[in-house]
Amino acid sequence: MQHNEKRWQNLGFQLGAVVLALLLTSLVILAAGAPPLDAYKQLLKGAFGTKMNVADTVVAWVPLLLATSGLLVTFAAGLWNIGVEGQIILGSIFTTGVLKLLQDSPLPPAFIIVLAVLGGMLGGGLWAVLAGVLKTFGGVNEIFGGLGLNFIATSMTIWLIFGPWKRPGVGSMSGTEPFPESLWLPTLPGLRLSIWAVMLGIIALVVIYFLLQGTYFGLKLKAVGNNPRAAFLLGIPTWQYMLLSFFLCGLFAGLAGSLQVVAVYHRLIPSISSGYGYLGLMVAMLINYQAFWVAPVAFFFVALNIGSIQLPIALKLDSSLSGVIQGSLVLAVLVVEGIRHRLLRK
Amino acid sequence: MEIEFRNINKTFGTVRANIGIHFSIPAGTIQGILGENGAGKSTLMKILSGYILPDSGEIYLDGELAKIENPADAIRYGIGMLHQDPLDFPPMKALDNFMIGKPGSLFPARREAERAFLELRDQFGFTVDPNSYVDSMTVGERQQLEILRLLWLGVRVFILDEPTTGISAQQKEKLFLTLRRLADNGNTVVFVSHKLEDVEALCDRVVVLRRGELAGQMTPPYDTDRLIEMMFGKVIKLDERLPCSATDQLVLRLQNVAIDDYRLQIRNVNLEVRCGEVIGLAGMEGSGQELLLRACAGLVRTVGGRVIVNGKDLTGKDTHSFMRHGVTFMPASRLEEGLIPGLSINEHFILTGEQKGVFIKRDKAKSYSQNKISEYSIRGFPESRVEALSGGNQQRTLLALLKEELSLILLEHPTRGLDIESTIYIWSKLKERCAKGAAILFISPDLEEILQYSDRVIVFFSGRVSPPLDATLTNVDQLGQLIGGKGWEEIFEKEQVGVSNAAQ
Amino acid sequence: MENEVILIGLAGVLASAAPVIFATIGETFAERSGVVNLSVNGTMLLTAMAGFVAAVLTKSVVVGFLVGLIVGALVALLVAFSSITLKLSQVAVGYVLTMTCRDLAYFLGNPYVGIEGVRINVVPIPVLSDIPILGTLLFKQDVMTYLSFILIVVAYVWIFKTRPGMMLQGVGERPAAAHNRGANVNRLRYIYTVLGGALVGISGPMYSLSVKAGWQGTISGLDGIGWIVLAITIFGAWNPLRAAFGAYLFALLQWLGLVLQPVLTGIPSQVLQAAPFPLMILTLLFVNIGDAEWVDRVLAQLPEGTRRAIVRIFRALRSQPPAALGTPFERQ
Repeated sequence: MQHNEKRWQNLGFQLGAVVLALLLTSLVILAAGAPPLDAYKQLLKGAFGTKMNVADTVVAWVPLLLATSGLLVTFAAGLWNIGVEGQIILGSIFTTGVLKLLQDSPLPPAFIIVLAVLGGMLGGGLWAVLAGVLKTFGGVNEIFGGLGLNFIATSMTIWLIFGPWKRPGVGSMSGTEPFPESLWLPTLPGLRLSIWAVMLGIIALVVIYFLLQGTYFGLKLKAVGNNPRAAFLLGIPTWQYMLLSFFLCGLFAGLAGSLQVVAVYHRLIPSISSGYGYLGLMVAMLINYQAFWVAPVAFFFVALNIGSIQLPIALKLDSSLSGVIQGSLVLAVLVVEGIRHRLLRK
Repeated sequence: MEIEFRNINKTFGTVRANIGIHFSIPAGTIQGILGENGAGKSTLMKILSGYILPDSGEIYLDGELAKIENPADAIRYGIGMLHQDPLDFPPMKALDNFMIGKPGSLFPARREAERAFLELRDQFGFTVDPNSYVDSMTVGERQQLEILRLLWLGVRVFILDEPTTGISAQQKEKLFLTLRRLADNGNTVVFVSHKLEDVEALCDRVVVLRRGELAGQMTPPYDTDRLIEMMFGKVIKLDERLPCSATDQLVLRLQNVAIDDYRLQIRNVNLEVRCGEVIGLAGMEGSGQELLLRACAGLVRTVGGRVIVNGKDLTGKDTHSFMRHGVTFMPASRLEEGLIPGLSINEHFILTGEQKGVFIKRDKAKSYSQNKISEYSIRGFPESRVEALSGGNQQRTLLALLKEELSLILLEHPTRGLDIESTIYIWSKLKERCAKGAAILFISPDLEEILQYSDRVIVFFSGRVSPPLDATLTNVDQLGQLIGGKGWEEIFEKEQVGVSNAAQ
Repeated sequence: MENEVILIGLAGVLASAAPVIFATIGETFAERSGVVNLSVNGTMLLTAMAGFVAAVLTKSVVVGFLVGLIVGALVALLVAFSSITLKLSQVAVGYVLTMTCRDLAYFLGNPYVGIEGVRINVVPIPVLSDIPILGTLLFKQDVMTYLSFILIVVAYVWIFKTRPGMMLQGVGERPAAAHNRGANVNRLRYIYTVLGGALVGISGPMYSLSVKAGWQGTISGLDGIGWIVLAITIFGAWNPLRAAFGAYLFALLQWLGLVLQPVLTGIPSQVLQAAPFPLMILTLLFVNIGDAEWVDRVLAQLPEGTRRAIVRIFRALRSQPPAALGTPFERQ
């Protein structure tokens, strides 16, 4: 009975947070001189208006799903792997590298794709381990290490696009020379959506769910995350587990970046990671690091992203509105949750 | 100033720390507040000094209702408190510590402050250097610093919370002299302690608290048995000294071990520890015993000599290698280093227990935890999070987590903050381990505990390490002297004789 | 002639370091009190946009700076409320705010991209600006750069020489002891966090109204500087003088990058722009590595003399944060 009451109370607070976030964003839209309702309508239309829109939303869902799943591992170990963005980028770079290396080889295309994806995962993993080594052996907080590595990864992409990997003639912001269609991950007819990619995203999430919920490894990660010192004294090799969690997260981020190349863009472009890493951190915070909620919330977030693409044309609004909505929502939920705790304690 | 408590109540969560406390302290006396750990002494004193607020009740000073809402108010009334762990700023200089909090102009007059510091210091014969950093000072010096600060603030009521813990016999003597002088000058001193002998030696009158309530008052001559009864409700006798179960088999051998800390150097430690033996390490906090204990666990790097466990040279190896050879280390801070807040008792047992396969078998683990919980009479459930347990139950949990086959158990303050019953229980469990062949090394600030439970005692004084003393042949006085740096030549002479005997 | 060019360049370095100094010292104040305000990057972008727009609309740079100050203070107030009153994770709230403020800046600033705005002027100080070398360097600057010089000194004196400043050190070091000495810990934390946010808020318009005048949306080139600011706060060991040194070093390196660009052909400018970040990582590595466990282990193998010498170097480089940084304080 009391339990039920508490549940309703929680729901009430959470609804309050959503309303608060909507209110905030509506004010922001008004401040930009547009009618909020039209803006929301446009967002929905952009995300789900046509079959093509829906497919695009699902396409964007995959990397966010992968990045968030990976982040749950580092969060379990108590780490703020803000470098996930750069790990996605490295995934794309490694995959592009492998594809460029092997595209003229006699190997069967499917095999080349598999190698490229594995290469991408490895790239992401190694970049994550670099942030981990800086933290565990150099004392550089993973937020600064990761962030620095993100900027380095971005400039590496640009250097590659304008330098060694530039298109025949002159390098341009549109990216490297696209790969032949044989090296594309098969997509649904007429759409950019690859069932393979979606499957990989869902499998990744399921793996992470069980890893964190039911295995000794997951419990040890949690121990390291909650109290590394005590975990160490209880016999858990702490820094090894930290590095391992970085590596795992990097693998998933690398897979996300890899799929951006083999399933979506078929080449390396300057903003290949599209901020999915940063967004993944927001998703993870919003769902309080519970794997169960990754899929729906990530879907909602990418729907906002895709929905906002048409805003500049339709309403002369900047597409960063999606970020404002996402941020307000996470902030409102965090703050309302804090207020609820404070009220209950009294 | 006369202080009167009227019906003070304070609750922390479910713990009632003060229940209807009502008594008064006449001006110019040394008032003792006696009680065991957790009796509510500190809470009451923190209320008097404005550090915490009572739930209800009033304090009257010289018959007038006082409004003490924060420490600044208390200072204005002339009440200052020296906390058990001196509330100072370790990385800053003594003089800065002295000045922070003193009201005045925007730019404090440093030179004037230093003059006042030195004047007060010399007046009381203290030794603190105003330009030394607090983190390089002993607890005794930090106490002196706080007393000087309170004097400078014009305090006339001095509250001291367990000031004799962690200081040397010499420093204690000095402290008592100072307190008497303060009282003679018309100040009121409130002396909080759980040590009978200190209270009896110093105080003009004493009140006893038990489980948050006022249990009684007394003026000299003190009836010790009666005081004990007031403290504990019933007369508790420490159990008989348990016999030493040492065998001839060596567990740990230290050969010429050297350790470097940025503050101290320890050189040439030689020690042989046998199965079943308990060795107590005594010394002021930071005298080197913590370093040596941690070095025996591979947690502190040795810079010279050898550490040999069960015949295997583990010098320079990491803690986990030591653990694989049957060494375990139980830290003093339970929730910082010992247990993992956020995880349940059950999850702790899963982490330290046998792990087969990839997936956790929750049901099996739960019944195992259930057994351990009843075996160690932990008040909690398998699902209880460790941070929700009381200190005593956390300590029991830590003990229950120890593996079955251990050869060396290293303990930091194994009974800190526990009541006497828990203490006795914990030691009975530890002695069981000794009977099974484990050796124990432990640190405690409580000399009584060291004498009660060890077979041999090693004393530390700023990096100097005494040879092991037979616990039945030494006593609190001798240990107290050694801790304070006195009487060291004597024991080394004896040791020389011992060594030459052994050589023959 | 050549010398004159270099001198003007160096004067430019002092000017372009000014916003970094404002933001770093603001963050230093907040962190000295025990609160990490991780929203700096977003706050700087938002206030750069808001200050620029306000200045354009009112044709007054003063209003621009005031708006920046107020917006920065408000964001910091949100950080203070959630971390001090609600005890939420400072990192989580700071991160969300930094992202949201950035998007907010791009969203609301969209109509003003590329518009010609106002900017503050260089005001040579009579007499002093005629001093050879130093005159050009220090006394032919704009008002905000002069203020940045003053801020360094005032902040240093405040923290280390004044009564409230010493209490501020205490609050960040050991709040319980500060409380015991009569400080209202949480009120002080609110005050310094908001004050720090206001200083960060001024640094935004210093870019859009002076150093990089105008608002260019996502290509303003400001994204990332806030993170550098946070790193310089660490490098500066929470000391305004050392922090200012870090800020000038950063500005100098950026200027060298620009000057050397024609020489380093073949390296795209975007790559040079990212150069501060590996440097940031390396710097943090130097100030922190002395605390690493493996360093201890390696040092233990060395002969005593060498060991002591190396330990001394690490201790000098080391930057020890206020002990209570990030930990909430609650009076029982």
